[in-house]
Amino acid sequence: MENHLSLLLVVIPLIAAPVVAVLPRGRLPWAVASFVSVLCAVLAAMQLWSVLYDGTIIYELGGWAAPWGIEYRIDEVNAFMALIVAAIAAIAFPYALLSAEQEIPEEKIPLFYSAMLLCLSGLLGISQTGDIFNVFVFLEISSLASYALISLGRQRQALTSAYQYLIMGTIGATFYLIGVGLIYSQTGTLNMQDMANILPEVLHLKTVETGFAFIMIGIALKLALFPLHLWLPNAYTYAPSVVTVFLAATATKVAVYMMLRILFTVFPYSFALSTPAEELLIVAGMAGIIVASVYAIYQDDIKRLLAYSSVAQIGYMALGIGFASASGVAATMIHLFNHALMKGALFMAIGAIIYRIGSCRMEHIHGLGKAMPWTFGAIIIGGLSLVGVPGTAGFISKWYLVLAALEQGAWISTAVILFGSLLAVVYVGKLIEALYFKPVTETSKEVKEAPMLLLVPTWTLVIANIYFGFDTSLTVGVAEKAAAVLLGESK
Amino acid sequence: MSAEVLLSITLLLPLLGAIGIVITRRSPDVREGVTLVTSTLIAVLVLVIATRFMEGETFAFTLIEPLPGVTIAFEIEALGMLFALVAGLLWVVTSIYAIGYMRGHHEKNQTRFYAAFAVSISATMGIAFSANLFTLFLFYELLTLATYPLVAHAGNAEAKKGGRVYLGILLGTSIGLFLLAILITWFLTGSVDFQEGGILSGHIDPAWAGLLYALFLFGIGKAAVMPFHRWLPAAMVAPTPVSALLHAVAVVKAGVFTLLKVTIYIFGSDFILSNDITGGLIWIVAATILIASMVAMTKDNLKARLAYSTISQLSYIALGALLASKAGLIGASMHIVMHAFAKITLFFAAGAIFVASHKKLVSELNGLGRAMPITFTAFLIGTLSIIGLPPFGGMWSKWYLGLGAVETAQLLLLAVLMISSLLNIMYLLPIPMRAFFSKPKNGEHYTEIAEAPRPMLLAMVITSSACIILFFYPDPFYRLAGLAAGGF
Repeated sequence: MENHLSLLLVVIPLIAAPVVAVLPRGRLPWAVASFVSVLCAVLAAMQLWSVLYDGTIIYELGGWAAPWGIEYRIDEVNAFMALIVAAIAAIAFPYALLSAEQEIPEEKIPLFYSAMLLCLSGLLGISQTGDIFNVFVFLEISSLASYALISLGRQRQALTSAYQYLIMGTIGATFYLIGVGLIYSQTGTLNMQDMANILPEVLHLKTVETGFAFIMIGIALKLALFPLHLWLPNAYTYAPSVVTVFLAATATKVAVYMMLRILFTVFPYSFALSTPAEELLIVAGMAGIIVASVYAIYQDDIKRLLAYSSVAQIGYMALGIGFASASGVAATMIHLFNHALMKGALFMAIGAIIYRIGSCRMEHIHGLGKAMPWTFGAIIIGGLSLVGVPGTAGFISKWYLVLAALEQGAWISTAVILFGSLLAVVYVGKLIEALYFKPVTETSKEVKEAPMLLLVPTWTLVIANIYFGFDTSLTVGVAEKAAAVLLGESK
Repeated sequence: MSAEVLLSITLLLPLLGAIGIVITRRSPDVREGVTLVTSTLIAVLVLVIATRFMEGETFAFTLIEPLPGVTIAFEIEALGMLFALVAGLLWVVTSIYAIGYMRGHHEKNQTRFYAAFAVSISATMGIAFSANLFTLFLFYELLTLATYPLVAHAGNAEAKKGGRVYLGILLGTSIGLFLLAILITWFLTGSVDFQEGGILSGHIDPAWAGLLYALFLFGIGKAAVMPFHRWLPAAMVAPTPVSALLHAVAVVKAGVFTLLKVTIYIFGSDFILSNDITGGLIWIVAATILIASMVAMTKDNLKARLAYSTISQLSYIALGALLASKAGLIGASMHIVMHAFAKITLFFAAGAIFVASHKKLVSELNGLGRAMPITFTAFLIGTLSIIGLPPFGGMWSKWYLGLGAVETAQLLLLAVLMISSLLNIMYLLPIPMRAFFSKPKNGEHYTEIAEAPRPMLLAMVITSSACIILFFYPDPFYRLAGLAAGGF
């Protein structure tokens, strides 16, 4: 059992997906999917525990030795990623019940949960595998599932958003595949570790450089790095509430992980520094923080507002990668985790509002804070965390990001990080003002607080936002180890 | 009780009070009872702690360590003790006043008001007792957030606008500049602890230290040094008890208190003096003193005039901090106390006038003194204390600030202090004079206006008497100020 842990984590949701698809309508698909998601979270926690105490897990699929067979090589980075994905799933899936019942046609419910499980399986697969082509396979599994999930949204625009994402996502995946092919042509291997051993000899080749560029752009598309983010606001806005929660908290994070792996594990540390990749990441990150935050301020749809905020937050992560230092990468990993917590909590709270009033436009939520005090509380705390107020997880992220920037003497980046927080004050403030200080409308008077089934998962994440603002042994501890692994291995 | 327990209770009690206030919201009498009991207990607690502190007991404990080397820790030293005493003692008085005001004025959302008030006090205590910059920053931000609902209390367009400016400037400066300064300090020294003699000396080039000090000076927006002072007049839309305790005492004093802490325990006065770190910045502070006084003269709205007066007086304290000499620091610490008692009296009076007569403008006050003699006598005492005349407490702090300017041979600064005292006379004294000696316009007689409700009068009498008592017995505060400045 212990030995197969890492494989089970991917295989269980993959097998559960078709099973759920053929289950009868009603609440059974939800129950099975939720059970699987919780199981995965437990397995992921066990895996991280095992990696932290017994060292890297190496698992050869089907007993085929690497580099011929597919190898799972689980170190702190993989285990941390897998835990983020699985833990968010374990909170989002139970939340889905009521929200999905209301937003998704009844006959599609089993398929919906099936797609959610496929997506989970794909994301976990990307985090687990040590094979660069296998990453592509799982990337496609998760992406195809998410195109389907987004298209299930209530409004008709969901279809065009899903289509837009499909096009952009496919371009991204194709670029990635082209890059992998080019590098494979020079190294003859697909195993990341093996590739890392061979690559230093062929780095001077233009083919390898071209492959690197293709892979980077491909991932940047999946990651929604500014200015390649255009698919993201629509996708997040029109997807069903719970899909937004799940994708916002996990999908882009996994893409960040891919980028870290390729930059620091597969390619030697020095290679990235010799290309303009780092500078580009810093510039794109800074531009993303400012432009996307300003966009967020002017949105009238709350989900879109938060979506633009996500693009800005991805900018912070790109900055951390761009610094290419241990503290920078650690800051990115910390923010990865913390941002999953805050955006998860916020999108869940917005989902609760949609559940009650069927809309999340600014003009429809006036005065709702008084009618839905718990949901409102969740938005306040999630928002404060997004701003980075001390006592919340977001503050820890900012602390490490700024320190990483100071270490580089990067004054402009420092200023941009702090300025981004100020812009967040503006858009979070706008949201809170609409919810609490705008006069109560006739309709919002009769609105009731969201049901417990939505509130409990939301508040689980809200409390996590505060908890990880005070106890950082998990986040900072693991992130620093993970950064050491990433940068150490590639020396 | 052990020192640690005593300290924790002082921090937690107002929060428990806030919960109690929310629970008892259905019965206003019980709710106000909770406020009074909590605030009285806090006053007793700070007095007990102060007594034991003066006897040489140490109060310190670490709560948790969120980041390696960065802790949430509390420790009492002289300056924090002084600030906690002022805030703790004045909260009781303000609570009595607030009950009279809120009921007399039929305010809405009173539960939210009292609860947010209690949380603000808890944050203030946290600031006073923090052992490092990180802990201080945590409570600093909590204080901003907890006072926001109080500023936006009325909920109308003006209150919302005021709240936006308030939050924007305070959060903006604290995140954009103050946090950056803390991070740079941490980056350079690997510590954010408040230490005797400072931690920066030897870790930073004195030429850059001035820049870092500027980040602190402007980042601590609560100190309202120009050009980041706009939030204070904006906060005046809040109900008067809020303006009185929070925007004349707790919040603004938290700002200058933080500045003093940074000066004494992060930079160290020797480091500042020997390298002339604050030489240029001191003129910005001096300019704030004068400009704010001049703006105050142009304001006809009573609370706005008092707000600008506060900005000017806060810069006195900042000036003392920037002088960094012993007398300057003593004067600055003493001014935290003296200005608190005097300004809160003025705000109490302004609120009483508003509740009793619904008048907000200085020009409407002619002849009102006969109808409200107690209120305007209190106002007069507060005025004289702010101007710095004997026999009122305000004289002592101005005395030491002046001495500080002389000590560092900054005679031009001494002139600034003198001119400012004259300006104080020009914009504050006419207010009680009009009330007592001018005739109401168009021959009206105020027969229907009487004094404000009793709780409000009681509060004013207490604080205005304190202004006089502090002239004769400044000793406890003087000793604390002396200790903070590094002994006598």
